[in-house]
Amino acid sequence: MTLADTLREKAKWVYQQTLQIHRIAPETRIASSLSCLEIFVALYYGHLLSFDSAQPFMPERDRCIISKGHGSISMYPILADLGYFDKKELDRVCQVGSFLGCIPDPKIPGYETINGSLGHGVGVGAGMALALKRKKANPKVFVVTGDGELQEGAIWEAFMFASHHKLDNLNVIVDNNHISMLGFTSEAISHGSLQERLTAFGWEYSEVNGHDVIAVHIAIKAMKEAANAKPKILIANTLKGHGIPFLENEKLSHIMAIKSEVLNQLLEKTI
Amino acid sequence: MSTSAIKPMTMRDAFLETLFDVMENEERSFFLSADFGAPALDKIRERMPDRFLNIGIAEQNLINVAAGLSLEGYIVFAYAIAPFITMRCYEQIRINLALLSDVRTLNVNLIGVGAGYSYVVSGPTHQCLEDLSIMRTLPNMQVYSPADHISASKLVDICIKNTGPKYLRFDAQTLPALYTDLCPDITQGFYVHRLGSSSISLVATGYMVHTALAVAKQLDEIGYSVGVIDIFSLSLFSTQALKKQLECYSSIVTLEEGFQGRGGLDALMAAFISRHNLPIRLLPIGIEGGYRFDLGSREILHGNVGIDSKSILERVRKFIV
Repeated sequence: MTLADTLREKAKWVYQQTLQIHRIAPETRIASSLSCLEIFVALYYGHLLSFDSAQPFMPERDRCIISKGHGSISMYPILADLGYFDKKELDRVCQVGSFLGCIPDPKIPGYETINGSLGHGVGVGAGMALALKRKKANPKVFVVTGDGELQEGAIWEAFMFASHHKLDNLNVIVDNNHISMLGFTSEAISHGSLQERLTAFGWEYSEVNGHDVIAVHIAIKAMKEAANAKPKILIANTLKGHGIPFLENEKLSHIMAIKSEVLNQLLEKTI
Repeated sequence: MSTSAIKPMTMRDAFLETLFDVMENEERSFFLSADFGAPALDKIRERMPDRFLNIGIAEQNLINVAAGLSLEGYIVFAYAIAPFITMRCYEQIRINLALLSDVRTLNVNLIGVGAGYSYVVSGPTHQCLEDLSIMRTLPNMQVYSPADHISASKLVDICIKNTGPKYLRFDAQTLPALYTDLCPDITQGFYVHRLGSSSISLVATGYMVHTALAVAKQLDEIGYSVGVIDIFSLSLFSTQALKKQLECYSSIVTLEEGFQGRGGLDALMAAFISRHNLPIRLLPIGIEGGYRFDLGSREILHGNVGIDSKSILERVRKFIV
């Protein structure tokens, strides 16, 4: 099987598993976990991240911070599949005694930091990137955020910091699904042109169709390899609720739970 | 050596002098400043440029970057004006230091300068009267509030050796020395300056230890000999030793340069007394009421809010009878 086939296959499997998790735990944020699905698949199955699930904190690993915590339930099947924990855990998400909650925390093997509160990942990632630079260590830092999260001021403090210190080992991927909890992000605080803003802040900017897993893989690979004294940001243009027809791009999709019958129908279609 | 022979110094300069020596041999140490200096900081900037960084006026990022550096193994010192390094970035402290240290090993030391009213003419933005309470309430956070530069400089060792997040509350003014290089024992968490021969003790922290000693002297003159205890560690202290000490008294007066009854030293002592079933009455003295816009010397400001030695003397006398 080629890498492209693997990525497509895994994307489909992670999609199915994410719907299954949502069936067990309707409290999980399904819409924002589907928009970033291909980003996680490309990172974890595309040999873009160096990691060892047997030693989650091995010093040589690439650091991956999932800053958009709530919208990362699709990470659970990936981490289980890669051996960070037993796949059986996926059957009891949000249940008493489980470590897999509605919002992930670093008690889950494979998570680096606390992510439930938005706007922290880029700053903490910048600190890690600075440390790695000062120690002349090779690992790269990846941070996955949402576009709604970019409304947090602390992120822009970190944007200024990272470019000033030329942290080209810091890679930010934005799941640009255009919707936060109460509606379209552009209706709350519009980012205008992210390209103009981020370029002005000294970042190396690129964009990709976030649901084309092959394109996402190519874009992240290029980003990781570029070493031009600039931190890098990839805007992955995505649809919130991707793969669930009536949820896609629905204004209030963030808080919508999907009925079991509907999930069953969707799962039947994909099998 | 008597303390009067020791040259007065600011807490930050004493701390930074000691830290400089330690940093020279401790490759894992890293110093971050939020655009805030000190004469003793210049040496660190010049001699260890690869482990010093001015992060700019961005306290939220100061904490996040400190957390990131520490997750990579650095022992981080983050330095700023006290109200800003506690309140401007409280959620970053809560999430990425207090909470994260539950699951990851980190060592971040927050050095806040400007305890209480110590920036006397800068007004309420620079007064720091809430920090003891809000920092104490965070699980895993170790809070230190020294009363002089000797005890402040001894905290360097604690910062290096103890992992976890810490907050050090430093006075901005130069205060007289209360200790010598031989004392106090920082790990005990408190120091008994006077036992007193009555059943009452003044329990103070930071600048107020100096006021407590002045009040005790004045009480001596009218025939009351009270104890004076300096609580310089508000999180980690020897419970047994403190309990044993407090058992000598039937009344204590807490003195803090912070809002009274809002979770600071008074709350710490009230909870301690209650938890250990100690038969002790407590008079909490701190700042009552709210923010103040007055300018003036420390003594004038303290007089305005009733925490100067004269006002305290009166209240203690009434409390005794």
